[in-house]
Amino acid sequence: MAVIFFLILFPLAAALILLAVKNDTARGVVVIAASVVIGAASVLLAVQHYFSGDALYHIADEFINEIVEYAMTAIEVCLAVIVFALGIKHKKYLASALAAVQTPLMLWFERSTGRLIEVKNPLVVDNLTVIMTLIVGIVGTLICVYALGYMKDFQRHNHGAPDRRPWFFFLLFLFLAAMFGLVTSNNLVWMYFFWEITTLCSFFLIGFTKTPEAVNNSFRALIMNLLGGLGFALAIMVAGNWYQTLEISQLLAMAQQGIDMTVPVVLLSFAGIAKAAQMPFNSWLLGAMVAPTPTSALLHSSTMVKAGVFLIVKLSPLMGWNLGGFMVMMVGGITFLMASFAAVSQSNAKRVLAYSTVANLGLIVACAGVGTPAAAWAAVMLIIFHAVTKSLLFLCVGTAEHNIGSRDIEDMDGLFDRMPRLAALMTAGISAMFLAPFGMLVSKWAALQAVVVSGNLPLVLFVVFGSSVTLFYWGKWLGKMTAVMAGRENIQRQVHAEEWTALCALTALVVIACLTFPIYSDKIVVPYLMTAFPNAREGVALAVSSDNMWILVVMIALIILLPLMFFGKTKKKIVPIYMAGAGLGDDLSFTGAMQEKKEVSLRNWYMEGYFGEKKMNRIGVTAACVVLAITFSMLLGGML
Amino acid sequence: MNTTAIISVIAYVALAPAAGGLLAGFDRKISARMQGRVGPPLLQPFYDLFKLLEKEPVTVNRVQDFYVLCCLIFMIITGGFFFAGGSLLLVIFTLTTASVFMVVAAYSSNSPYAQIGASRELLQIMAYEPMVLITAIGFFIVYRSFNVADIIAHPAPAVHYLAGIFLGFVFILTIKFRKSPFDLSMSHHAHQELVKGLTTEFSGKTLAMIELSHWYENIFLLGFVFLFFANGTTQWTVIAVLACLLAYFLEIFIDNSYARMKWQIAVNSSWIVALTAGGVNLLVLYFAIFGFGLGV
Repeated sequence: MAVIFFLILFPLAAALILLAVKNDTARGVVVIAASVVIGAASVLLAVQHYFSGDALYHIADEFINEIVEYAMTAIEVCLAVIVFALGIKHKKYLASALAAVQTPLMLWFERSTGRLIEVKNPLVVDNLTVIMTLIVGIVGTLICVYALGYMKDFQRHNHGAPDRRPWFFFLLFLFLAAMFGLVTSNNLVWMYFFWEITTLCSFFLIGFTKTPEAVNNSFRALIMNLLGGLGFALAIMVAGNWYQTLEISQLLAMAQQGIDMTVPVVLLSFAGIAKAAQMPFNSWLLGAMVAPTPTSALLHSSTMVKAGVFLIVKLSPLMGWNLGGFMVMMVGGITFLMASFAAVSQSNAKRVLAYSTVANLGLIVACAGVGTPAAAWAAVMLIIFHAVTKSLLFLCVGTAEHNIGSRDIEDMDGLFDRMPRLAALMTAGISAMFLAPFGMLVSKWAALQAVVVSGNLPLVLFVVFGSSVTLFYWGKWLGKMTAVMAGRENIQRQVHAEEWTALCALTALVVIACLTFPIYSDKIVVPYLMTAFPNAREGVALAVSSDNMWILVVMIALIILLPLMFFGKTKKKIVPIYMAGAGLGDDLSFTGAMQEKKEVSLRNWYMEGYFGEKKMNRIGVTAACVVLAITFSMLLGGML
Repeated sequence: MNTTAIISVIAYVALAPAAGGLLAGFDRKISARMQGRVGPPLLQPFYDLFKLLEKEPVTVNRVQDFYVLCCLIFMIITGGFFFAGGSLLLVIFTLTTASVFMVVAAYSSNSPYAQIGASRELLQIMAYEPMVLITAIGFFIVYRSFNVADIIAHPAPAVHYLAGIFLGFVFILTIKFRKSPFDLSMSHHAHQELVKGLTTEFSGKTLAMIELSHWYENIFLLGFVFLFFANGTTQWTVIAVLACLLAYFLEIFIDNSYARMKWQIAVNSSWIVALTAGGVNLLVLYFAIFGFGLGV
C-alpha cells in the first residue's frame, strides 16, 4: 500500500517542485529523475502485486482517513470556485452552472448519506490496475521527458511569449498523480475526486497557449467532461442511497449475486463515454489538438481518455445484453465507424491521429459493452497496444512538425530522405497500428470475433466497415512517407536528445509489447478476466488461440528481420522514373505542354464527398444521441 | 499440424505457380477467342515470366525491391495459412499485409503513374475488404470456427447456408482478379491513362515477382471458392472444383463484356453488395441460430 501512496504523492511533489523551477537545466534534472523514480515505482507495484495477488486495501488509521476526506473536500470546493469564476470571466456560463450544481450536490451527499456509509477498502490493486499503472508510469513519464526537448523548441517558436513552462510541467506531473489515484481507487468518491482533477488538468493543458481558439476548446473539453462528471456524481448518489455502498468491488459483487445494477452502470458508463471522447462528445478531443503536442500524446495514449475506458472495462462484467451494455456497445460501435470514416478526409496528421484515437476507443468501449471475457480481453489488449503506439506516433509527428515546419501529411513526402531515423520510427508506429502481425490487429481480430459471437449484427457491420476504412487512411499515410524523393537534404541533426530518448524508448516498447503479448496475456490479462468474470458460462475462452498468438510472434520476428537483411541493398542500376517521355531526368520535374519546366506534385486522396468530416460528425453525433436518449428514457421509464 | 496440412502447404507452395500460370494461359486464350482472335500459346505466361528474369537489372530506387520481395513472401504465407487449415481471419489479415507491401513499393517510386495506381489499389482494398470479412464471419457463424480445417471437415457444405455471401464474394472477386470493369489500379493492358498503374515502375525480376505473387494469390482465392462447396466427399469435391472453374470463367466473361467503370461505382457497388448479399445473409443466420435454435 505504501507504493500506492508513493505513486500518488511523489508525482504531486515533483509537480510542485517543477512549478518553482525556472531554470532549463534544473527542470531537466528534476523531470528525468522523477520520471525514472515513477517508472521504477510502477514496476515495483507490478512486481509486488504479481507475488502477493489481488488486494483491496483498508486504511486502518482513522486519522489518515479523516485527513484525506477533509483535504479532498477542501480541494474540491476550491476547484469548483475556480471553475465557476473562470466560467464567468470567459462568459462560459454552462461551465459555471455545472460546477455550481455538481459540487454542492456532492457535498450535500457526502455530509448526509455518504457519512453514514462505511468504506472498508478505499484502494484496490488488481491486474487491470497494474496494467494501467505501468502505462501511466512508463508511457506517461516518457512523454514528460520528450516534453523537455519539445517545449524548448516551443518556447523558441513563440519568442516574446512569457515562459510558462513551469506551469506546463506542473500540470503534466499533477496529471500523472491523479491518474495513479484514479486507477487505484476502489472508493467511488475518491475515484470521482481524481476524475475531476484529470478533467481540470486537461482543461488547463488544452488552454495552455491562451489563444482564443485554445480557450474556447478548453472550455468545450471542460463542459463535456463536467457533464460526464455529473453522471459520475449521480451514480455515487444512487450507489449510496440504493445499495448502501460506495465501493466498486461491492457493486460488482452484488451484481454477481443477481442484484440489478442498471442505473449505476448506465450513469458511470455515461461518465466514461464523455471522458473517452465517444460520440457525441468526440469534439473535445479534436479540439485538444491546439495544445502543444506532448499534451495530445498524454491525453490520447496514457491518461484522460484511458481513464474513461478503464472505468467502462472495469464495469464490463455487468454488461452484455442489458440496457448499460446496449448503450455502451452502440455508442462505441457508432463512434468506431464514423470516426474511422472521418479520419480518411483529414490531411492534418494530428487530426488523423485524433480520429484514430476516437475510433479505437470506440472499439474498446464496444468490446467492454459486449460483456464477455473474450471481448474484454480484446479491450484490455487494445488499451495496451494503443497506449504505446499512439504516444509514439504523436511524438513523431510533433518532432516532424518542429523540423519540417508542418504537421500536414502532404508535407511529409520523402521524409525517409530528410529525417531517416524519424521516418523509420514513424513507419514502425503506423505499421503497428493496422498491419498483421502487430498487436493492434491482433486485438481487432479478437474484437471482431467477440462481437460476432455476441450476435449484435449492427455492431458486426460497424466493425467490418470501420476496419476496412482504417486500412485506407493508414495505408495512404504510410505510402506518402515512404516515397523516395531525389535531392532532399537531411535535416535530422536538429532534434533534441530528450526527444530521441523518448521516441526510441517508445519504439522499443511497441516492439516488446508486440513480441511478448502471448506471455502477458497469459500471466496478467487472463487471470484478471478469470476473477472479473467468475460466472462466465464458457470460461475464459480466448478469441485468438495461443497457437495463433505464437504464429503472429514468429511473423513479427520475420517482419523485423527482413528489413535488417534486405532493406535498401540492391546492386541494380538506378534509372529515372517513367514520365511519359517528358521527364527531365531528376525525377522531380518534367516538360509541360508549353515546353516549360514543371514540378511534379503528387497528392493523396481524401474522398471529401464520401467521408467529409462535418457530415460524418453530424451523422455520428446524431446516432449516438439517439442511443443515449433511448437509454435514458428507458432508464427513467423503468424507475418511474 | 498434421500430415495432410503439411502436404497441402508443400503442394501449394510448389504447384500454385504452375497452376496459376496455366490459369493465366487459359485466361488469355479464352479472352482471345471471345474477341475473335486466336490468342497466344497456352504456356505464354511462363515464357513471359522467364523473359522478365533475363531483363537488364534496373530499378528506380534502392528500396522498392525489398517491398516487392516482402509482398511475395507474405502472399505465399497467406496461402500457406489457408492450405494448412488455419484461421480465415489470420489469412485475410496476412493477405492485407502482403497487399500493403505492394502498395508501399509503388508509392516508394514517387512516380505519378505508380502512385495513382497505388492509391487506387488502397481504394480497391477498402472496397472489397468488408465483403471478405463478412465471408469469414459467415463461415464462423455456421461452423463456430474460423479454421479452414474445421470448415472443410464438416459434412454440410457451406453454400447451403451462405448463398448470399457466396454471390457477394464472387462479385468482389472481379476486383481481386483485377478484371474489368474494376481494374482501376492496374490492368493487363498498358494502353491506358495509368500506363500500368501500380506496376509501372517495376521491371525485370521485380515484375516477375509481382506476377508470381498474383499467381499465388489467384490460386488461393479459388481456394476460398472451393471452401464454399467442399465437405470432404468426392462428389462435393468435384462440384467444388467445377465451381472454381465456373467462377473463373465468369470473371473472364465479365472482363470481356465491360469497359472499365469509375472508382465511385467500384466502391458503391462493392459496399452495397456487402451490405445486402452479405448483411442479409448474416441476419438470416443470426435469426436461424438465436431465433429458432438451429445450427449445423
